[in-house]
Amino acid sequence: MTDQSKTDDDAGVAAGRRRFLGGALAGGLSLAAGGAAAQDKGAEPVLKSNPRNLPPNVPRWSKVLGDGVAAHPYGTPSKFEKHVVRRDVEWLTASRESSVNFTPLHELDGIITPNGLCFERHHGGATEINPIDHRLMIHGLVDKPLLFTMDDIKRFPRVNRIHFLECAANSGMEWRGAQLNGCQFTHGMVHNVMYTGVLLRDILNEAGLKPNAKWIQMEGADSAGMNRSLPLAKALEDAIVAFKMNGEALRTEQGYPLRIVIPGWEGNLWVKWLRRIEVGDQPWLAREETAKYTDLMTDGRSRRYTFFMDAKSVVTNPAPEAPLKYKGRNVLSGLAWSGRGKVTRVDVTLDGGRNWQEARIDGLVLEKSLTRFYVDFDWQGQELMIQSRAHDTTGYVQPTKEELRKVRGVNSIYHNNGIQTWLVRANGETENVEIS
Amino acid sequence: MWKFPDRALQVLFVGLALVIGVPTAMAQKTGIGREVTPAEIKAWDISVRPDGKGLPPGKGSVKEGEELFIAQCAACHGDFGEGRDRWPALAGGHGSLKHDRPDKTVGSFWPAASTLFDYIKRAMPFGNAQSLSNDEIYALTAYLLHINEIIKSPDFELDNKNFTTIKMPNADAFYDDDREATEKHFWNRKPCMKDCRKAPANVLNRAQALDVTPTDKTGPKVD
Repeated sequence: MTDQSKTDDDAGVAAGRRRFLGGALAGGLSLAAGGAAAQDKGAEPVLKSNPRNLPPNVPRWSKVLGDGVAAHPYGTPSKFEKHVVRRDVEWLTASRESSVNFTPLHELDGIITPNGLCFERHHGGATEINPIDHRLMIHGLVDKPLLFTMDDIKRFPRVNRIHFLECAANSGMEWRGAQLNGCQFTHGMVHNVMYTGVLLRDILNEAGLKPNAKWIQMEGADSAGMNRSLPLAKALEDAIVAFKMNGEALRTEQGYPLRIVIPGWEGNLWVKWLRRIEVGDQPWLAREETAKYTDLMTDGRSRRYTFFMDAKSVVTNPAPEAPLKYKGRNVLSGLAWSGRGKVTRVDVTLDGGRNWQEARIDGLVLEKSLTRFYVDFDWQGQELMIQSRAHDTTGYVQPTKEELRKVRGVNSIYHNNGIQTWLVRANGETENVEIS
Repeated sequence: MWKFPDRALQVLFVGLALVIGVPTAMAQKTGIGREVTPAEIKAWDISVRPDGKGLPPGKGSVKEGEELFIAQCAACHGDFGEGRDRWPALAGGHGSLKHDRPDKTVGSFWPAASTLFDYIKRAMPFGNAQSLSNDEIYALTAYLLHINEIIKSPDFELDNKNFTTIKMPNADAFYDDDREATEKHFWNRKPCMKDCRKAPANVLNRAQALDVTPTDKTGPKVD
């Protein structure tokens, strides 16, 4: 192996960041001064091309052997995908153990979120639990309080369900106007996973519910002892005690070895490291359902038990981290979801709401799951104001941010499902804005 | 919503299954798991409810709480619960909930005193959870209620008997999710698809004007 051939192979990741419309763009557009700085937030890096890899030459990777099978016992993404990572907003929280990071939605496609990219939200850090010593306790208003090992839980009938988990505070920084300039940060507190687990209904039935049972409390085994109250009806409807995500064991940061899945309802309810479920006749008013996760209205009163995640959508490409690179044919891509049912339709406008078209939905359309949509369009370098609008099976139509503010004001923090606007400039640069 | 069959129905299902041998997974017991003992439940059940359910025997005074707070809590929350850096403020903010920048604290916002006991017991101090004795938690709760002017006397001693007499100022300001009524207009509408506006849209505000988006390495310090 010569040094030269090595450099051919490692064309590699250039130190610099993407320059908009670099050599690829046909037709004389130049980079707007100062525009690139805003893209230092998760945009894909510029890859340096080497003519020796291009036809009529035969690249080195076509001539030599690659890694053997044992090189990566647990596979990782290509080294050229290193920028595809969760990112956090350091100033948002006081410590990283009680904090959040964000899924890079603009880098993903289809509807399934890879396990390592599912956003994290911890209240006492991601705790590590030896599964042999993990126990789930069921007690309270039951005939027979029970204790389960992980092996016990896996002996109940299993289900596989694909559901989105959205943090109630997703887009919560955007109530007063466009604030964070990246799809990852405005909408990245959502992920979509196929869970394998058992129905909570079956576990509760095993313990036997007392007639006055109305609520349950779920509690985690982490040092936050995360606890939330849940109406019993929802627990019996479709809650899942899950131990697998996308086929493999839950990741540590997603609650290994056991978490609860509450389809369509706010992510804070999906208690990780699930260790205890108490059945009661009233809610417990835990911190996370009083001080947090209640929605303060303009009259100084607050909504509580705002569990449902209403229909929402976002265009993930183009986005501030994923500017348009080419004139001519482009693919607009996005995600839509509803906590109340299935997505039935997504409308997209490119001109700030003057005209809308129905997006093409592709892939699985499931209850309480992310749904992928596309608009294949031609771009001639004109300014675009892109929005998407989701409809669901209950007839709900995603509102504008202004419509939400009219009802709720700007201090409710949670449940911002308003329509997002991306402004695409003539050079392809894309920015988070609000429009009239 | 799916409703759980009532007890009579469960019994009937089991009865039918026994008589005619039809598998009815719904009501059958599998025998999975083992019965948990009262002592095990007591050790793990740390929840406290507004009606006092779950409150352990014990007591602690405002004064004891103040000393503990300075030693265990003030590094993050400030000596008077004012909050340091981005750690939560625990006091103040009274009457601010309608303001443009409301200050949601224990005193101004939290609806139940039991939440304080429950949360301190399970999660505080941050990084040293479940290390405080029940008496210490009563004392800290008393001190926090005192600096929020809910317990007036610095000589007050809080215990499991008098706990439920505490009323929080904002307790009645919460109401159940009413979106299906107050946001009914978001349902069943047929939005315009063509020529929906005459004038072109204008940009009202831009994220780049704020520039608080973090880069890979640094996050700007704001607030």
